[in-house]
Amino acid sequence: MARVTFPFGPQHPVLPEAIQLQLTCEDERVVEVLPVIGYMHRGIEKAAEANLFPNNIFLCERICGICSFIHALCYCELMEGMMDVEVPPRAKHLRVVWSELSRIHSHMLWLGLLADSFGFESLFMQCWRAREIILDTLEMTTGQRVIQSSCVIGGVRRDINEDQEPDVRRKMDAFRKEINAIYPVFAKDYTVKSRTVGKGILPKEQAWSLGTVGPTLRGSGWDYDARTLGYAVYDDLGFEPIVEDGCDSYARMMVRLHEVVQSLELVIQALDRMPKGDLAVTVKTFPEGEGLIRVEQPRGELVEYARGNGTAYLERLKIRTPTFSNIPALLVMLPGCELADVPVITMSIDPCIACTER
Amino acid sequence: MGFLKRARVKSPWILHYCTGGCNGCDIEILACLTPLYDVERFGMLNIGNPKHADILLITGPVNWKNRDVLKRLYDQTPDPKVVVAVGVCAATGGVFHNCVNTLGGVDKVIPVDVYVRGCAARPEAIIDGVVLALQKLEQKNSGGVAYATGTR
Repeated sequence: MARVTFPFGPQHPVLPEAIQLQLTCEDERVVEVLPVIGYMHRGIEKAAEANLFPNNIFLCERICGICSFIHALCYCELMEGMMDVEVPPRAKHLRVVWSELSRIHSHMLWLGLLADSFGFESLFMQCWRAREIILDTLEMTTGQRVIQSSCVIGGVRRDINEDQEPDVRRKMDAFRKEINAIYPVFAKDYTVKSRTVGKGILPKEQAWSLGTVGPTLRGSGWDYDARTLGYAVYDDLGFEPIVEDGCDSYARMMVRLHEVVQSLELVIQALDRMPKGDLAVTVKTFPEGEGLIRVEQPRGELVEYARGNGTAYLERLKIRTPTFSNIPALLVMLPGCELADVPVITMSIDPCIACTER
Repeated sequence: MGFLKRARVKSPWILHYCTGGCNGCDIEILACLTPLYDVERFGMLNIGNPKHADILLITGPVNWKNRDVLKRLYDQTPDPKVVVAVGVCAATGGVFHNCVNTLGGVDKVIPVDVYVRGCAARPEAIIDGVVLALQKLEQKNSGGVAYATGTR
């Protein structure tokens, strides 16, 4: 059988973003994959050197609109670490609330897109309907749906006051009902299982040696989550990573599904423990020296490195995003699969190309 | 108005392409298609083939590698067609105005009919923009609007 090479992307209905996979097929079977990236590159790292360092928060948020709050959180925590700023405890709790809400909204979005990639349209719609509850909560508490801009260096910009808190809890209860209805469909439905179980196998050793992170790694049986490092207040919340041993698309899906439920509990816990006090401290120094930080994004571990020289401009800001580490795993998962499974397996690493290329 | 022309305005098909933005507008466009906002009530359908599309929803400050792809998508879409630039960065470059690899706006590459403001653009604003685009499509359909030739 002759080999045929054809492009998957950059413009493709399954992918909301532009990436190209050059698939070489024999008959219906994929034998070789070559990802072509660069369609989303903007040059954010270079632009971050030209901006004032507090303004970089807005640029960092727009690396990726799906996990925008966690990008801002990462940059703020990095700058606070470099300048020895102590963040008020209330601000730390609020950061946990918002970053877990963005994790839920990102995972619900992904679950919907996964359902869409194997043609389960009604499940896609149900996931996105449930997600609107979370977006409403974010809009109510921060003022924006997807790009919140509520994190500043030294604390947070907005508060969840006493009037809003019962509303947030009510919305979380409403969301719990929705996820309880959606959960069994993903976990048990014949259609979902037939398209995910045993598809896109990433063996345990290779998952580690290829350097994958996040749910892709945890779906292959590794207990590894940057939230265990205890930034913000994760060390007080009794957080345990979720691990599945299946190594296939189904395991990665179940990790994310369980994380939605777990994040919901973390939001409630953070609300329960929320101390009274200031929202932010005033920062009067400039970043100097070097700093490195790791935080957990919905897609995995996000690493930021910065070098400052005591002025208002950074010398270097290096960002390594989770999808960058997860794309090599596609080269193990895709060869040997059926052509019809390519969208499902590509979706199973939760690719965020805007993050990867910055 | 003939049957074809009337059908085109009542069921415009959308092609969505991201040219290097942050995804925020892209997920809001997808949110428009889902139950809460539901633009399908205007007869719209999100499709992947530019040859079937009437409305192009473009997000992001176009980057150099995407430039040719965007141009090709525009050329492949049959007339009459309307281009909607969604988000601030699709209009002017926005927060990415000083990034090295961006051109700063969709209108640097293809002619744009409707600009939708917001970073990220809210679903309500996107629906507003698309409804405005429909009016423009109707005008173009009846020959009231001349096409810009060439690229700017």
